[in-house]
Amino acid sequence: MANTTHTAADTATEAAGHAAEAAGHAAQSAGMPQLDTSTFANQIFWLVVALIVIYFVLSRIALPRIGAVLADRQRTITSDIAAAEELKAKAVEAEKAYNQAIADARSEAAKIVAEARAEIQKDLDVATAKADAEIAAKTAESAARIEEIRAGALESVKDVANETAAALVSALGGSADDKSVASAVSDRMKG
Amino acid sequence: MATEEHSEGLAFHPMDQFIVKPLFGGEHVGVLTVTNVTLWMAIAVLCVIALFVLGTRGRAVVPNRTQSVAELAYGFVHKMVEDVAGHDAVKFFPYVFTLFIFIVFSNFLGLLPKAFTPTSHIAVTAFLAVAVFLTVTIVGFVKHGVHFLGLFWVSSAPLPLRPVLALIEVISYFVRPVSHSIRLAGNMMAGHAVIKVFAAFAPLILISGVGIAVTPLSILAITAIYGLEILVAFIQAYVFTILTCVYLRDALHPAH
Repeated sequence: MANTTHTAADTATEAAGHAAEAAGHAAQSAGMPQLDTSTFANQIFWLVVALIVIYFVLSRIALPRIGAVLADRQRTITSDIAAAEELKAKAVEAEKAYNQAIADARSEAAKIVAEARAEIQKDLDVATAKADAEIAAKTAESAARIEEIRAGALESVKDVANETAAALVSALGGSADDKSVASAVSDRMKG
Repeated sequence: MATEEHSEGLAFHPMDQFIVKPLFGGEHVGVLTVTNVTLWMAIAVLCVIALFVLGTRGRAVVPNRTQSVAELAYGFVHKMVEDVAGHDAVKFFPYVFTLFIFIVFSNFLGLLPKAFTPTSHIAVTAFLAVAVFLTVTIVGFVKHGVHFLGLFWVSSAPLPLRPVLALIEVISYFVRPVSHSIRLAGNMMAGHAVIKVFAAFAPLILISGVGIAVTPLSILAITAIYGLEILVAFIQAYVFTILTCVYLRDALHPAH
């Protein structure tokens, strides 16, 4: 086999043979097949076939498809980013609305609390005033009763003194009418 | 010859992996012969279809792994074309992408054991480079007519220097496809050949005592160079593509 190739590229074989000898072996080499011009037409023919097939497969099918996929992806990403941007704006808005609602509710609650407090205070004031008035009336009544009782008590002391004096006079053997006893007792009590 | 080599012990055939041979027997390689070139280019095409057609079948907004890789490649090259060649070069994007994907898949598939690497052949890379060269030149003349020649006329330089610079610019312009193609093929070929040379040293342990040291070393070297080759496989595809973009920019905006 090597012999035929050898004849095909004689000079090349010589050169390679020298190289081979320099490398330390005396064997014949096949030379540089790259310089064997008899195979050029064959290689170029198949190269052209391969390139044409690759070119058409790529330019008709693969490259438009990949280009479309890449463009599609770019579009998807862009629109997704826009949608995300929009959603973010919406979220911010919603948060604002939420905060507003909370603030409103809080002030409303404060108002209601204040109102309720005022009402309770009013009721309380009314109740207090009424209670005060009742207490005052009760106190006045009690004071009158006490005054009455005290007066009654003085009257009772005079009666008891009269009776006691009359009993003493009769016990000592004397006799006195009620009128003189009473005047004597009232004289003493004045003193 | 084979027996000769076996008697010596080690078999050095670092270039055999680059031989173009018919898949279904015979020795003659005609234009239409189905060869290992055909096979590995077909595998590359199938991989391209698997990744870019089947992988993106779902058209998912949230991509799966395969679709992510396809989109990554798309975005990588699209950005390169837009950044390097300018916004009006985007209509050349499928063309540039085809080149990039073909080279990347050829390079990486070539790293499989027993694989054939189409991009290690100067015929293939020269065809690609000349195609780029012609495209760029035609686009330049169609878009700008004679003004495209302004690319060679460095108007910011002092007047006496301009003819000299123009000569240099013209030469460098025509050298472009040469460096463009040899850079790719050379890189791919050299890496693969070096791996093969180290691989030939690996079985030395079966033959002589020196092998105790040489075999682990060569295996280590194969591993290291393989890692480097993975890097090179991508970088060379990238370099080829970005140079294509640079040339496109020159064609679309020839003013210095």
